[in-house]
Amino acid sequence: MLPYLSSSPHVRAGETTEQIMRAVIYALIPACLVSIYMFGLPALATLFWCTAGALASEAICQKLMQRPLALRDGSAALTGILLALNLPPSAPWWLSLLGSVVAVAIGKQVYGGLGYNPFNPALVARVFLLISFPVQMTTWTSPAPLGSNIDAVTTATPLGEMKTAVMLSGTLPELPHNALSHYFSGQMAGSLGEVSAAALILGATYLFWRRIITWHIPVSFLGSTLILGGIFWLIDPNRYPDPIFHLCTGGLLLGAFFMATDMVTSPVSPSGMVLFGLGCGVLTLLIRLFGGYPEGVSFAILLMNAVTPLIDRVTAPRVFGTGQTKEAL
Amino acid sequence: MSLIKTLRKGIWQDNAVFRLLLGLCPTLAVTTSAENGLGMGLATTFVLICASLVVSLLRRLIPAQVRIPAFIVIIASFVTLVQLLMEAYLYDLYKALGIFIPLIVVNCLILGRAEAFASKNKPLASLADGIGMGLGFTLSLFILGAVRELFGSGSLLGISIFGAGYIPVLLVILPPGAFITLGLLLAGMNHWEAKRR
Repeated sequence: MLPYLSSSPHVRAGETTEQIMRAVIYALIPACLVSIYMFGLPALATLFWCTAGALASEAICQKLMQRPLALRDGSAALTGILLALNLPPSAPWWLSLLGSVVAVAIGKQVYGGLGYNPFNPALVARVFLLISFPVQMTTWTSPAPLGSNIDAVTTATPLGEMKTAVMLSGTLPELPHNALSHYFSGQMAGSLGEVSAAALILGATYLFWRRIITWHIPVSFLGSTLILGGIFWLIDPNRYPDPIFHLCTGGLLLGAFFMATDMVTSPVSPSGMVLFGLGCGVLTLLIRLFGGYPEGVSFAILLMNAVTPLIDRVTAPRVFGTGQTKEAL
Repeated sequence: MSLIKTLRKGIWQDNAVFRLLLGLCPTLAVTTSAENGLGMGLATTFVLICASLVVSLLRRLIPAQVRIPAFIVIIASFVTLVQLLMEAYLYDLYKALGIFIPLIVVNCLILGRAEAFASKNKPLASLADGIGMGLGFTLSLFILGAVRELFGSGSLLGISIFGAGYIPVLLVILPPGAFITLGLLLAGMNHWEAKRR
């Protein structure tokens, strides 16, 4: 959907919520497949529990509030899948289930359902789980591709390793050989959906092609992270990782393409979107380099979700025939 | 209104926390366990009862122009009393509640009852109002504390309920958990109330 802010007459695009949600789900299929290939059955189980839990809580909430069932619009299923892609592969079933209930019930339905939630439901649930269950949410396993006969080994994410090393010795850890190409294809520890940059880019390309998302948020989000990351890297390459490392590790791509672009919780005007993306990128990088958590994408997006109404107000276009925007405010 | 009615309305119908949403600062801050909620509730109740009684007794002597400062002085005196008593006899609870004991002075419930009820009613009625409101406040803090302790620590009044295998939901005993729990409790109560009618 392209929310161009122009005056009437408008052309009816005929796009429905259901079609948009379905397109985003299709776009996530490559990432889901890679996660199942890399992490095996646990990944499939996490995907199942999250989606089932999200659908069930949506149905229960709508029944309690005596509203028509709207499972068919696909928003609950999408929230479930996005949440699963934000969880570690070793997540126990109850963690996935609880997370999906929090996402749909507390993240969305208490505000009045789809379209009224100020925060991205899947990220609300992820942060809820991260704060509530720090041990379960940060136990990562190294990928063991199907058929490779390797048992899953508990390990740290690249970002986690970086944070620990910098905090202990003040310098970056030595990256393994071919590290970046491994990160790109998905051979690193991390949440289900963040491991393979290639799969995420493939899905995002589909969304761009279908015009579900525009370039504004992803480009300003990734661009500001890259540029700010690059500045720090130039200042001290021993202490700060290079920008490509930032791009390929953690949930940056997943966040920039699939979470920050959520239509409900991001600004509507193009300039607002750019501002939103900039804020996300800067906050992400600051949390990664100087915060207490190794990864900051979820916090950054949630924080920017909170200021979205303000951004919308500042970037509202002038109403035709009225004075300057500043006077109108 | 009869004394019994005055006393009863504070407990449910006009419950300070669940109905009037007054005094939320201590409510949200200290209810990390049922014991803390109960302690805070009782300390506030004591101040509320004494302040209501004294304000009511002095209601003809206090000039209207300076009534708020006068109420605050009366409330602050009783808070000081409570603080010193708790430090002497309930030291652990005193440590757990910390800054929120002196902050009882600014609890809007107490000033609200002094202004809205005690300064306009006879001592006996004010006493009943103070007791009812205080008990209602204590009850709601206890419920909130119990729910948060149950899920956030897996225990109730310090006794383990779910056993050692339970993994506590840490967020419930952190500040955001206070808001979420209170919101869910309010929703449940409104739902129940709407059904009863």
